[in-house]
Amino acid sequence: MFSYYLDLALRSFKRSPALTALMVLALGLGIGTSMTTLTVFHVLSGDPIPHKSKRLFYVQLDASELGGSAPGAEPLTQLSRFDAETLLRDKRGVRQVMMTGGRVAVQPMSASGQFDSKPFFATARYTTADFFPMFETPLRYGHAWDANDDAASARVAVISESLNQRLFGGADSTGKLLRVGSNDLRVVGVIGTWRPVPHYYDLIAGRYADTEEVFTPFNTSLALSLPVVGSLSCWGNANSDDRHAVNASCAWIQYWVELASPAEAAGYRQYLVNHSEQQKAAGRYQRPPNVRLRNVNEWLDFRKVVPSDVRLQVWLAFGFLLVCLTNTVGLLLAKCLRRSPEIGVRRALGATRRAIFTQFVVEAGAIGIAGGLLGLGLALLGLWGVRQNPASYAKLAQLDASMLVTTFALALLASLLAGLLPAWRACLVTPALQLKSQ
Amino acid sequence: MDILPILSTLRRHKTAALLIVLEIALTCAIVCNAVFLIANRIERMATPTGLAESELLHVRVTNIERIGNEDALTLEDLALLRGLPGVKSAASVNQFPFGNHSSDTGISLVPDQPASTLTASFYQVGESALSTLGLRVVEGRDFTPADFRTLSEVEHDEKIVLPTVMLDRKTAARLFPGKAAIGQQIYLFDKPSLVVGLVEQLAPPQPLNADGDYVVIVPVRPSYNQGSYLLRVAGNQRNEVLKAAVAALEKVDRRRVVTKSELFDELRQDYYQQDRWMAALLVAVCVALLVVTAFGIVGLASFWVQQRTRMIGVRRALGASRSQILRYFQTENFLLTTMGIALGMVAAYAINQLLMSYYELPRLPWVCLPIGAASLWALGQVAVLGPARRAAALPPVVVMRGA
Repeated sequence: MFSYYLDLALRSFKRSPALTALMVLALGLGIGTSMTTLTVFHVLSGDPIPHKSKRLFYVQLDASELGGSAPGAEPLTQLSRFDAETLLRDKRGVRQVMMTGGRVAVQPMSASGQFDSKPFFATARYTTADFFPMFETPLRYGHAWDANDDAASARVAVISESLNQRLFGGADSTGKLLRVGSNDLRVVGVIGTWRPVPHYYDLIAGRYADTEEVFTPFNTSLALSLPVVGSLSCWGNANSDDRHAVNASCAWIQYWVELASPAEAAGYRQYLVNHSEQQKAAGRYQRPPNVRLRNVNEWLDFRKVVPSDVRLQVWLAFGFLLVCLTNTVGLLLAKCLRRSPEIGVRRALGATRRAIFTQFVVEAGAIGIAGGLLGLGLALLGLWGVRQNPASYAKLAQLDASMLVTTFALALLASLLAGLLPAWRACLVTPALQLKSQ
Repeated sequence: MDILPILSTLRRHKTAALLIVLEIALTCAIVCNAVFLIANRIERMATPTGLAESELLHVRVTNIERIGNEDALTLEDLALLRGLPGVKSAASVNQFPFGNHSSDTGISLVPDQPASTLTASFYQVGESALSTLGLRVVEGRDFTPADFRTLSEVEHDEKIVLPTVMLDRKTAARLFPGKAAIGQQIYLFDKPSLVVGLVEQLAPPQPLNADGDYVVIVPVRPSYNQGSYLLRVAGNQRNEVLKAAVAALEKVDRRRVVTKSELFDELRQDYYQQDRWMAALLVAVCVALLVVTAFGIVGLASFWVQQRTRMIGVRRALGASRSQILRYFQTENFLLTTMGIALGMVAAYAINQLLMSYYELPRLPWVCLPIGAASLWALGQVAVLGPARRAAALPPVVVMRGA
């Protein structure tokens, strides 16, 4: 029976090609825009490290001075160096990392083997060793550094795939020297293709920033006074010239901890409260203990990572889809009712209401599939358009398998929904009346 | 034209009529809000910064290793830049509108005030910065050479008190409502400074065009690695001067590189790129919506014309003129569109309410109402014209016989 209904649908399309084209076009446009915006949203709001995101926590402590914000309000976004180093020493998590962003001047070696070419600037991350296992950074060549290198302020670096390409032509560069400012760092590892979306481990560097090009131990960056880039909040009377000194009352360090299970969060939170109380007793903190411990997704939600424009676009697109659907329902209905005589004949020849209903739903479904195909093409075109957008996230807009399936599911669902009302009206046609009027 | 027969006909096609009304209502609601959003973005993009934007260049020099002597080097750089042909003036500033760097400070009105009165963008500028930026002093005076300190000095010595500051009109009006701001004392980092002059307007580095865009200007010259150079040039040779400035600066010391060199216009372009993109997208969606709705009207009207062939024939036979048939369909469309618009306006305000709570948008202005209504009426009339003319062209004899 299904193939017969399909045949009937095709005949009906042939009879009114303009109307059919109009319906397919409207549906395709609606699906295309919805899928474009939904894909962007899907990419930008994804979980960057799904199997671990519930065990990775971002740590915040309320170290600032009395006055200003109300007690219990959101504490400082970052930690002071003193707090970060204390927590790191205590090692209460499976892994912990303190880090900050930076920017270094890289001097490429010229053909003659001298560092005399024009320098360029590269983004950098100054971090302790747990960064790589914690965020599961894949290494193409070599290995990361370890805690001993951290302690010794070892002059080592892990570089990105793109920097390795630029400086060493993509070859295994471990053991080679990287000149940063006037200092030499030994390359110990090269990162493989890796770009977490969002750039969750440091949102200050840019919500959808590219992976940093140079990674070097935190202590090394201090020893060499490598330039820090990021946000710096100081409070009280700046008691030191050097805002990055261990005792400076400035917050500029991001601190992440990995726990063995999500259940351990409560214990770790208590540890942070204890730490705050100790600091208050010691006179370092003025405010009552006020800590935050958010896992990856809570942190991304809290920081409202997905741009509000992207959310707005999703709403806009679904509004548009709704208009297109209403349009399709109206046209399908008109088409169905125009075929009342035909329905009358079919009913008189013994077709049940159920058969008529199925026939029109199949017809709507066929339009849905055609609309879905068109919508897919338009979505690909739309995503191409989005990639031309200047925003940092634009290049990430790619259709994946799950969104492909969603496109067709949405198209089919939409068209079947649109087909329900007309099909219902069609099966209510009374055969006698129609036959008489012919 | 009598409306009652149209209404009674429509009553027999309730579902189809309802659908078209619904479609028009949705389109109306979305288009009204989209147009409002577009206007909002355009307004945002058009907001002036108060600077002589078309004459400004930005150059940033960064050292790749420690060189020392930054303040002396900065003065040398500035002298070099001022000597270039085509450069009217040059200054060192810590930040500027549409730049990456942004520094804020609290302003208090009495010493040891527990919470500051407002937070302002903290402009630290060197000599001749005001004339370089093109800021007009509207009250009081510009800084004098004696006012200036270097940023390094101020950072190293907590005891240094800045005798003078300047504000823009907006900030002055907020701090000293109804009073003259010149001669008033304000406190930055708990240290007193005298307001000596007001400029007309100065945008913060990241303009929001919201109530919070306050600024304070202090006579503190950043060195090249603490800020940027801004150059004011004659408008028609900006690109040449920029190239010359970069070449001249790069020659000074090989341990420094020029990391930014751009026209101010480019900064503005980049800053508002996302808004432009979003506005373009909204325009595209509006057009698509209107086109889809128009085709929906065409489709449904054609169907109705076809369905009512017999009625049209009878009316024509009974003496109705072509224009009367034409007007019948036009009036019908007008009625449906009006219902859609009425419903759509309610929906538009509901959506606006929702957007207001999420995106800090102002209320939909009432002018959207007549504009939205007029454009949808026009759209409906254009869309129905084709089918209505086909109906009017039907010869009564053929129609009667065919029926």
